[in-house]
Amino acid sequence: MREPIGRRRFLGYVLAAPTLVTAAEIGLRPSVAAASSADAQLPSPNITNIVDLNDLMTLAATPTSGLIAVEVGQDGMVSFALPRAEVGQGITTSTAMLIAEELSVPLERVRITLADARPELVFNQLTGGSNTTFATYTPIRVAAAIARRRLLDAAAIALGSAVTDLSLRAGTIVSRSGRSIDIGALADKAASTQTQQVSVELAPRESFTVIGKPHSRIDALDAVTGRKKFAMDLDVPDAKPTMVCRPPTINGKVGSVANLTEVRAMAGVTHVVVISTGVAVRAETFGQCIDAVRALRVTWKPGTAAGKSDETVRQELERAELPLGLPPLTPTVEGKFTFYFRGNSALETNCAVADVRADRAEIWSGLKSPIVAQQTIAAKLGLPASRVAVHVVQGGGSFGRKLFFDAALEAAEVSQKIGKPVKLMWHRADDARQGRAHPMVTSRVRVSYLGGTVLGYEQRHTSVATDLGHGIGEIITGLAAQLPVGDIGFSEIFFKLSQTTPYDFGATSLLLSETDKGFNTGSMRNVYSPDATCARELIVDQVAARMRRDPYQFRRDFLHDDRSRAVLDKVAEVGQWGRQMPAGTAQGIAFHAEYKSVSAVLVEIDCRPATVNRPIREGVTGPRVTRAVFAVDVGLAVNPRGLEAQMMGGVSDGIALALTSSLHLRDGYFLEASWDNYFYTRQWNTPLELQIIVMPSTSERPGGAGELGVAPSMAAVACAYGRATGTMPTSFPINHGTLSFEPKPTVPPVPPSPTDGLNYAS
Amino acid sequence: MPERTFRVNGRQVTVDVPDDVRLLWVLRDVLGITGPKYGCGINVCKACTSHLNGKAVNPCAIPVRDIQPTDEVTTIEGLPATVGKELHPMQQAWLDHDVVQCGYCQPGQIMAAVALVRRVAAQGRGITDDDLDGLRNMCRCGTYFRIREAIRAGAANM
Repeated sequence: MREPIGRRRFLGYVLAAPTLVTAAEIGLRPSVAAASSADAQLPSPNITNIVDLNDLMTLAATPTSGLIAVEVGQDGMVSFALPRAEVGQGITTSTAMLIAEELSVPLERVRITLADARPELVFNQLTGGSNTTFATYTPIRVAAAIARRRLLDAAAIALGSAVTDLSLRAGTIVSRSGRSIDIGALADKAASTQTQQVSVELAPRESFTVIGKPHSRIDALDAVTGRKKFAMDLDVPDAKPTMVCRPPTINGKVGSVANLTEVRAMAGVTHVVVISTGVAVRAETFGQCIDAVRALRVTWKPGTAAGKSDETVRQELERAELPLGLPPLTPTVEGKFTFYFRGNSALETNCAVADVRADRAEIWSGLKSPIVAQQTIAAKLGLPASRVAVHVVQGGGSFGRKLFFDAALEAAEVSQKIGKPVKLMWHRADDARQGRAHPMVTSRVRVSYLGGTVLGYEQRHTSVATDLGHGIGEIITGLAAQLPVGDIGFSEIFFKLSQTTPYDFGATSLLLSETDKGFNTGSMRNVYSPDATCARELIVDQVAARMRRDPYQFRRDFLHDDRSRAVLDKVAEVGQWGRQMPAGTAQGIAFHAEYKSVSAVLVEIDCRPATVNRPIREGVTGPRVTRAVFAVDVGLAVNPRGLEAQMMGGVSDGIALALTSSLHLRDGYFLEASWDNYFYTRQWNTPLELQIIVMPSTSERPGGAGELGVAPSMAAVACAYGRATGTMPTSFPINHGTLSFEPKPTVPPVPPSPTDGLNYAS
Repeated sequence: MPERTFRVNGRQVTVDVPDDVRLLWVLRDVLGITGPKYGCGINVCKACTSHLNGKAVNPCAIPVRDIQPTDEVTTIEGLPATVGKELHPMQQAWLDHDVVQCGYCQPGQIMAAVALVRRVAAQGRGITDDDLDGLRNMCRCGTYFRIREAIRAGAANM
């Protein structure tokens, strides 16, 4: 956005077009002068090797390149192509609400699509860091407000009234004399033959009728009727099912294949070809792909984690841990916590459609970093990026996973090699064993205190490297150059930006150290925060106990501000903090602030044997969180109903991270290959009572919300578990030491398709 | 290749596909019925849950040879027609409780919910927490709590 000119007044554009198209600039405008410094701060050599930043900057330097545009059609529909990925977090709905607010049209008349890769947006088309609403809140409203202004001007001429005598309601402009005209009838009259810059005033918060009111998702009807299309549901001509036979260890490579000819002759199989990640099979159905993948006899070369296990990685982390400061003379509380690898799979496995021809390519996939995907795929195919069209499809979940485009890159490679379009999908076992993981982490915390005063807080977070090779978006990229951190790695910058201590704990020192780039990792939802917050909040409970203080009152006294105290007070009040609980059950309370938002959670957990040992076939029951109360203040909640859903999902994630979900590394591979191996929260782990409280708006602007709920939920569950059992947990998830399933073989890499489905009809 | 004939969503279909191909791929890859989703292929995640003669089944685990000519397969696309409406009461409950996030698992969740309510009704009783705990359908967005609320509401209107 350009500088606001006066209160709530902003600059935008009317674009030259046959119907009305208005626009505003998104994000920071990279000037050519800034290009060199931005270059030096780019996160990953992988990106700088492939993405030609100068090309992007040149594209970005054209006057209207960074614009996002609202279009009014002659059918009275308002269209907007969002340069972000919808993966379930509800941004198409909240975006439609922003437009409906400023343009005074019903939500049903706003059509949101996802923009194809737009390289001129540089780092402004990355969905991550809970940044979408924060970054687009003003520009989308500016574009919509300009459209409103143009429509009113056109209506004044059409109706022969002064603009001041017109009102726009529900998509219709009505004059004082009672004449009316629909905005669709004004779409061409309000259009401009030349692009011009205009200024506009935004609706004041007091007048909002859409923003801040709960709205259901705009894609809900499509989803519940099966009409919502994900990448694998697209009907791209001749794009046949394709799967890849993968190595038995992480990132192993194909040595040789003994029976290519035999497998090529199997029923339904059209192509079998060796690619960089394995052996690809294309067939008439995915079922036949699975059979062919299982039939392949491949010798494999070792991968990037050969021979490694949880224990060897724990030793690597031990060696990489940065020392705490000199021991203080005052009393201290210290703890060290271990967090095992966790899977970052969504329910929709990695997948993409690719149609690669000699001189061009077309890709369809759920992509949160489509520009980097486009550049990387183009480089791999040997095509100019401008010849690679990348379509962003709605994703079946992401949680950070879709920042990477592994399946799209593979699909492009296969399509080029065989000269046919492909619909490539990973098997669930592939996703679990070769997909992205949250890295294994240790976190050491030391708090020094004297009497009732906390004097210092130190945390040493040590992690297997998190791959940030997708770029990390405008906030971090933009701020990195301004940070007084000198020449440290990008992940350390990210850690510093995302991690703060919300308590007045005196001298504070938080440091990240990373080791081992041999794993496929990524920024799993809320990245560093769940582990870092869990470790912190457990130690906060210990310090409170040392001081003989109540955990809630102790937190309350040390929190920085009223806004933070308000959410904590709210969960304590609604959740009846301190109520009498039977032995083996307890409450836990935790606080977390991030993305300009604050949150607090109170949970109750039941660790009694009758609950822990409930029989569930092929499942982990364990302690049950019976109740959760969550209070959240995101500044301004655009859609409180969508916000509630995000926080509920955060609670489900937090329960899983604390109690049940992890990957077990043995001999260079993860044992998990199924949702009955990797124990994400299921119905039998779900709280019976769950209450989300959205606090009244405390700001003119929305903060981030997509990831916020995970960290405090995990921490509260861990704290409750510690209080119920009388022992502070130090290893997560708490059941990691017990392997609760029989691991599936690694050769063949995917399990057989069952044949006994009828026996389970119910 | 052998031909198989059966009924899907009230319509008779004939497919020319090997006997051992699982019904999920016959629906998705051959017939283009994409409401049932792939989430695991081994009858664990339940994203493909559909009905066979009114009971919940997982087509990823049923070879097409097991489907008889008189069998009626109902996917999420055919659910409203089973009650002769635009939407089945369970779908309406899903909308009323804004259950969906990414939506990928929800066709399977709704089909499993409808079968559960029918099963419990046949036993002459109402839905309990234990019944809901017994639902195995995965949801990685974590919409479980709203699913429980919606099933109770949907059951009241079935």
